Amino acid sequence: MDSLQTYLFISAILFSLGLYGVITRRNGIAVLMGIELILNSANINFIAFARFGGMNLSGQVFALFVIIMAAAEAAVALAIIINIFNNLQTVNIDEAQQLKL
Amino acid sequence: MLINYALGILFLPLLSFIILILVGKRLPRQGDWVAIGSVLITLILSLAMFGSMLLSHDPGFSHEASIEWMDLGAFRIELGFLIDNITIVMLLVVALISTMTHVFSIKYMAGDIRYSRYYAYLGLFTFSMNGIVLANNLFSLYIFWELVGVSSYLLIGHWFEKDSAADAGKKAFLTNRVGDIGFFIGVMLIFTALGTFNYGEIFQGVAQGDMAGTLLTLAGIGLFMGAIGKSSQFPLHIWLPDAMEGPTPVSALMHAATMVAAGVFLTVRLFPIFTPEALLFIAYVGGFTAIFAATIAITQNDIKKVLAYSTVSQLGYMILAVGTGAYIAGFFHLVTHAMFKACLFYGSGSVIHAMHHALHNKHDHDTDPQDMRNMGGFKSKMPVTYWTMVVAALAISGVPLFSGFLSKDAILAGTLAFGTHHPQHFLLPIFGFGAALITAFYMFRLIFMTFHNEPKLPELYDDINESPKEMTFPLVLLSTLSVFIFYTLPYFNPLSDHGWFMELVKAKDSMVPGNPSAHEIAEGIHHSHTLTMILSTLVAALGIFLSWSVYLKKRISADAWAEKLTPYYNLSLNKYFFDENYDKYLYQPLLRLADRISFIDWELYDKYFINGFGHVTKWLSFLTGRTDYDGLDQTIVDGLGRSMSKAGSTLKEVQTGRLQNYMLFALFGVVIIVIFQSF
Repeated sequence: MDSLQTYLFISAILFSLGLYGVITRRNGIAVLMGIELILNSANINFIAFARFGGMNLSGQVFALFVIIMAAAEAAVALAIIINIFNNLQTVNIDEAQQLKL
Repeated sequence: MLINYALGILFLPLLSFIILILVGKRLPRQGDWVAIGSVLITLILSLAMFGSMLLSHDPGFSHEASIEWMDLGAFRIELGFLIDNITIVMLLVVALISTMTHVFSIKYMAGDIRYSRYYAYLGLFTFSMNGIVLANNLFSLYIFWELVGVSSYLLIGHWFEKDSAADAGKKAFLTNRVGDIGFFIGVMLIFTALGTFNYGEIFQGVAQGDMAGTLLTLAGIGLFMGAIGKSSQFPLHIWLPDAMEGPTPVSALMHAATMVAAGVFLTVRLFPIFTPEALLFIAYVGGFTAIFAATIAITQNDIKKVLAYSTVSQLGYMILAVGTGAYIAGFFHLVTHAMFKACLFYGSGSVIHAMHHALHNKHDHDTDPQDMRNMGGFKSKMPVTYWTMVVAALAISGVPLFSGFLSKDAILAGTLAFGTHHPQHFLLPIFGFGAALITAFYMFRLIFMTFHNEPKLPELYDDINESPKEMTFPLVLLSTLSVFIFYTLPYFNPLSDHGWFMELVKAKDSMVPGNPSAHEIAEGIHHSHTLTMILSTLVAALGIFLSWSVYLKKRISADAWAEKLTPYYNLSLNKYFFDENYDKYLYQPLLRLADRISFIDWELYDKYFINGFGHVTKWLSFLTGRTDYDGLDQTIVDGLGRSMSKAGSTLKEVQTGRLQNYMLFALFGVVIIVIFQSF
């Protein structure tokens, strides 16, 4: 079990789940959750390559940056969702299409 | 340094014109102080130049400076100054009379609706005249010459609500046009022959014989035609009396220093290039104008009309002097005449002002305030005006001790010398002396009718008052300057014109072969001087005596003589029917001709050619329009637009606005790329 393929496999499953969530969910918060999953799958990749792929400490540092960036992204995205809710009384992102012609 | 002074003198009045025309109405006192201030500085600068001329005491002084205005290869135009003693004296005269006019107008024009614009135009007038005086070539001269015409038009028509004033302005402008065409032809003849506008180079060219004979005579007569128009010589004298419609101070400025002086100044400047034939023509025009205008002045009743014809007559004198070669005498008379004629005009302005106020108080709007038949007995009421006008009248009549005696004497001596030299031209001295006799007569007729005798309208008499100080000051100053001493200093001899003027302003030799030299002319004048002096004094005394017996003592009845000489009297009273004849034989035929031509233009040319062309064009453009609109626009232009619009609305469906759709597309994209990559 202690091999790169295992981690990459887990990461791929996580990525696919995240992508599925992003594409299928109508609830904005659920979409965000999907994005978090994708980001975390990327993190697992970084760590795995740090351990087995010769990326060494750089992989760890990248993972840290991704976590920080994910936090920032979550803050901005949640603010957007709250604003959507304030304006439209829903978090269903299909309703938010005023920019469409 | 002199150039800087000259620049200041030229452009300060222009600056005042620009300021007043732009913001004049918003300035305190409507900005009259701007105009008066600028013209005062001009006067100070002229005095400084005059002082330096007296100190350097160089009769041959001449300074020239010019800048290139445009260079068109064969056609080079320069703008420049020529400063010599004639220029300096003339600048001083213009500045002095202009300053006096500005000061006099403060009260005379007070309350006028276009007070500020009036002062602006005075500035423009002064600027243009200074430009004429300073010009060193015919081209700049021509520019300023026309500017003088424009500003005189504006000022004569100052009260343009009155039809007569508007017409007088037009008449002055159009009559001047006739002369200016001749002037233009003269300038162009000289340019074609000599290739230059510069005075000095023209003189040189003529001296070398590059231009001679008939061509030069024609050019000279052409240039003189400009002077005929501007200086209102026979037969273009008709505009000047009408120009009396302008405000009286403007008449003074125009008659003394600016407008009419321009023509005389031109002939004085260009004297060296006139051929003997041209000079003879000039002399006859001048001499005839002198006596002709004098005979009209005798019978006029309007105080300003008398003065107007007297100006025409005196200008004739100056022109006569130029024609007989004594052109410095003509210029001398221009200077002295400026002083006493301006004084006479301000005096008449003062009288009219008083009459106007008296009539205004009586609510009488029908009586003419300028008619001398309504005046009389003003002597005790307006002592300053009376005495200054008497001095000026003595000066213009040529009585010894006054400036007019010196200059008139010089002219008459020149004429007499010419007459003795060429006995076939005996008429010229007769014109001269005859005009002198009549001048003395009608000037004192004016004085006696206005200031002496019983008042004709006693009910007005109590309301007649002396004019305010702003109006009497110019009178006193100018009448003082009509005394001989100011022109003969440092010598003190009332019978000789020897003094700074004759020492500093020297005649140039004529450049045309065949003309007597300046020395010969001076000799001739010297020989006939004593005889002239006696004759002219006698003639002046006779004129004044006749006037005295007719109008003061009434020993001779003017009415009885008018009765006896009815045909002549009517001719003179109606100015020899010049206006009527011009109207009948010139304007009306011209109008009929214009009618014919306009018929050809409107009914034939316009109707068939222009309109036909229009029809063809209209039809052609209709065809082109159809092709363009129905053919090109409908298919290509609109078709392109329609197909674009269709493509747009089809593709629009892809843009669902759903985030997840886009994401799905992106996923498919990635999958496709991955599939392609793996092969």
